[in-house]
Amino acid sequence: MGIEELVPDGILTTTVEKMVNWARRSSIWPATFGLACCAIEMMATSASRYDLARFGAEVFRASPRQADLMIVAGRVSKKMAPVLKRVYDQMPEPKWVISMGACASCGGEFNDYAIVQGVDTIVPVDVYVPGCPPRPEALIYGIMKLQEKIDRMRIKPALPDPTLAAIAPAEGTGAA
Amino acid sequence: MSTTATTPDPAATGTTPEFNTITINMGPQHPSTHGVLRLIIELDGEIVRSVRPVMGYLHTGMEKIMESKTYTKSITVTDRMDYMSPLGNNMAYVGAVERILGIDVPERARTLRVILLELMRISSHLVWLGTHAIDLGAMSVFLYCFREREKLLDVNDMVSGSRMTPSYFRVGGFYQDVPDIFVPHVRKFLDEFPKALAEYQNLLTKNRIWMQRTIGVGVMSGEQAISLGCTGATLRGSGIKYDVRKAKPYLGYETYDFEIPLGKSGDVYDRYLVRIEEMKQSLRIIRQGLDRLKPGSVRSDYPYLFPAKREDVKSGMEELIYHFKIMSEGFAVPTGDAYYSIESPKGELGFYVVADGGPKPYRVHVRPPSFIHLMSLEPMAIGRLVSDLVACIGSIDIVLGEVDR
Repeated sequence: MGIEELVPDGILTTTVEKMVNWARRSSIWPATFGLACCAIEMMATSASRYDLARFGAEVFRASPRQADLMIVAGRVSKKMAPVLKRVYDQMPEPKWVISMGACASCGGEFNDYAIVQGVDTIVPVDVYVPGCPPRPEALIYGIMKLQEKIDRMRIKPALPDPTLAAIAPAEGTGAA
Repeated sequence: MSTTATTPDPAATGTTPEFNTITINMGPQHPSTHGVLRLIIELDGEIVRSVRPVMGYLHTGMEKIMESKTYTKSITVTDRMDYMSPLGNNMAYVGAVERILGIDVPERARTLRVILLELMRISSHLVWLGTHAIDLGAMSVFLYCFREREKLLDVNDMVSGSRMTPSYFRVGGFYQDVPDIFVPHVRKFLDEFPKALAEYQNLLTKNRIWMQRTIGVGVMSGEQAISLGCTGATLRGSGIKYDVRKAKPYLGYETYDFEIPLGKSGDVYDRYLVRIEEMKQSLRIIRQGLDRLKPGSVRSDYPYLFPAKREDVKSGMEELIYHFKIMSEGFAVPTGDAYYSIESPKGELGFYVVADGGPKPYRVHVRPPSFIHLMSLEPMAIGRLVSDLVACIGSIDIVLGEVDR
């Protein structure tokens, strides 16, 4: 049925979207953004026993410009928050954020003057991993959940559909 | 880190024309700063002229938050200071509270504490070795170190249910005894670890690149180290024999037979050798501890420290009331203050606790070794290359959770 019957063996057909998502989710490059205790568990996740390379996400990049995932591993103090935002802004699109641990997700046990109560007040978070610190299995599960999320991503059309614009002009298009 | 009024702030001006230097910023997000340390470095070409550490990027207000928690709940906060050796922090804090109460823990609890603290020392040194080696370009050592460290985290896991933040020590001993598999597991580790240690040394000790990067780098004389307040391997690498376990013994360390390794020249290489040797000595202590481990209680007899037995709570009214009170309110500690210091993997870690008679500490102050060692960075690095500065940061083994608290 369809075009598959016409192409020779060894060739698969798929959508561009699926292929791009497959490529993106299979080689997530995290930025090394270790802050506190969770950073050590993050290191353990990429090290011998847990071996994050099995999920294609072991290439920890020291430069945010080469990374597409920021794992916020640890408590974010108010002094660190602008730095975190800056590192996030330096990452190229598309980018994702995993909030690792209780402190990054909601302040954890440190409900006081110094700690940002949840990193989602600064950057958009895709996956929250609970735990204090989360076990490496939990972080790996979080990364797998992120991969599922990437699989569902839609690629935006490069140009707006002219027929749609003719029927009902979208808000703000006039100014652009 | 004060600047005199006459010299302009290098961070503000960018360059100081009289030396023709350039000021660069390292961190707080940098792979070689072991966390969120920020350094403002003044460079003359590639030669470091001054280093100014900027701290506070991980400030958590832990000392303050402990004032609002009961004595037992505060233990969980101490875990998150030096997260490489959480049980060491537990010990220093719990020891200070026990000193105010004037209690001594049972023999079995004391021996178990020694065993666990020495295991933590090895675990912390393994993280240090792995990250230090990565900073100097030896990636594989990290993977070897974490292979062994996982076995030590398994110990934490089996005694407390948590890998990295066990909060296992309690005021007056332990909440519960170690499981039966503890002793065989540790014995197995003792048999395996010397082989792994030989492996690390095989990778590094006579490695020509490693020797060139570390010998003669970051030299600190004994007098300099003392005047900067250094302790631990940072001090002993300069040949000064000071170890809290020998100088002010706690937990009966005076009854254990072990040596204090000393360095000669006080460079990065010597501190490396000292820490490797310390791991071997820790194995000796653990072996002696396991040999003298006898069955018995792990809880002190001092009243109102521990919750009642679960079955008693379900059957007795008195026990139920007591359970409710100790869980919600905690136990009170009589007015007084105490300082308790231990030889943590980083150096002398001290807790000063002030009690006002209530169930919460009035004030807790920490003497963190990392914070004090950070000050030794500048004398070590001045006049050397930037890449040597990275070696110096690794060799003083700082952990920012403890520096900033």
